[in-house]
Amino acid sequence: MTKKEILKIGKYEFSSRLLVGTGKYATFKLMTEALEASGTDCVTVAVRRVNLTDQSKESLLDYIDRKKYKILPNTAACYTVDEAVRTARLAREVGLSDMIKLEVIGDQQTLYPDLTALIEATKILVKEGFTVLPYTSDDLITALRLEDAGAACVMPLGAPIGSGLGIMNLHNIQIIINRLNVPVIVDAGVGTASDVAIAMELGADGVLLNTGIALAKNPVQMAQAMKLACEAGRLAYLSGRIPKKYFEASPSSPETGKIK
Amino acid sequence: MDIILNGEKKQVHEGLNIAELLTVLNIKTEQVAVELNLAIINKNYYENKILENEDCVEIISFVGGG
Repeated sequence: MTKKEILKIGKYEFSSRLLVGTGKYATFKLMTEALEASGTDCVTVAVRRVNLTDQSKESLLDYIDRKKYKILPNTAACYTVDEAVRTARLAREVGLSDMIKLEVIGDQQTLYPDLTALIEATKILVKEGFTVLPYTSDDLITALRLEDAGAACVMPLGAPIGSGLGIMNLHNIQIIINRLNVPVIVDAGVGTASDVAIAMELGADGVLLNTGIALAKNPVQMAQAMKLACEAGRLAYLSGRIPKKYFEASPSSPETGKIK
Repeated sequence: MDIILNGEKKQVHEGLNIAELLTVLNIKTEQVAVELNLAIINKNYYENKILENEDCVEIISFVGGG
């Protein structure tokens, strides 16, 4: 095994390369068990109005051990620069994190990001001192613009949020990984462990996922599978895979000394 | 007087400050952020900010999300 690696995003350091969402779990208890099994040390959360009508509802934060997990608030469901910036500012004001998973959604059906708005919002928030982690499409030029704008990492989608389709365009993700200096985190679309392994084998610095764990039949076990896949993919990447040979085989056994 | 709290009209007594509002609502200050008429209020100023009629208050926290 290689020595323990650290993932650096801006001024933050992570020992796990898996970033895990806290949405869609049947119960908070199940969520805490799944987070534990995933080995993550960074969890995403959404920013919403406090529920004032039902005070009996437990608070998510009561279930997240802040010594163990760094909090990454998102701007999910924001459709404009103003909404996303306002949400990010509120998230930081809670006082637990200056990281923001920046989403500016452009389309309700696919939840694809609005790229021009995303770049603009990134510029504003970087200027205000946020550690910005933008959720983007798998487009190289946008990724480069986000890096120029001061994003702490770039998070291209593997497939639409919650779709479980895996990484739809390996080549685009690979181009982005190849060209960027900041970390590349594949965010969204993960359906099962092999999707995580593939992203990591390509050289992604990490993977962010939520639904793939939360809505699995056995979320805790799936979380463990994702953890192993992440580690396996990373090790394979660091080990340097053999080149693909499309037109010829290469025997693994010696060709000499065969009995005649 | 009436304020608009998280999008809903709510009657509160005059002179109420934000710290008192949070106490009335049984909300832990360390888990929320407060916006008053679109301006974020720093936690250190909750006691200084006295609400006025028709003020628009947003209290947010974190919920599960990806």
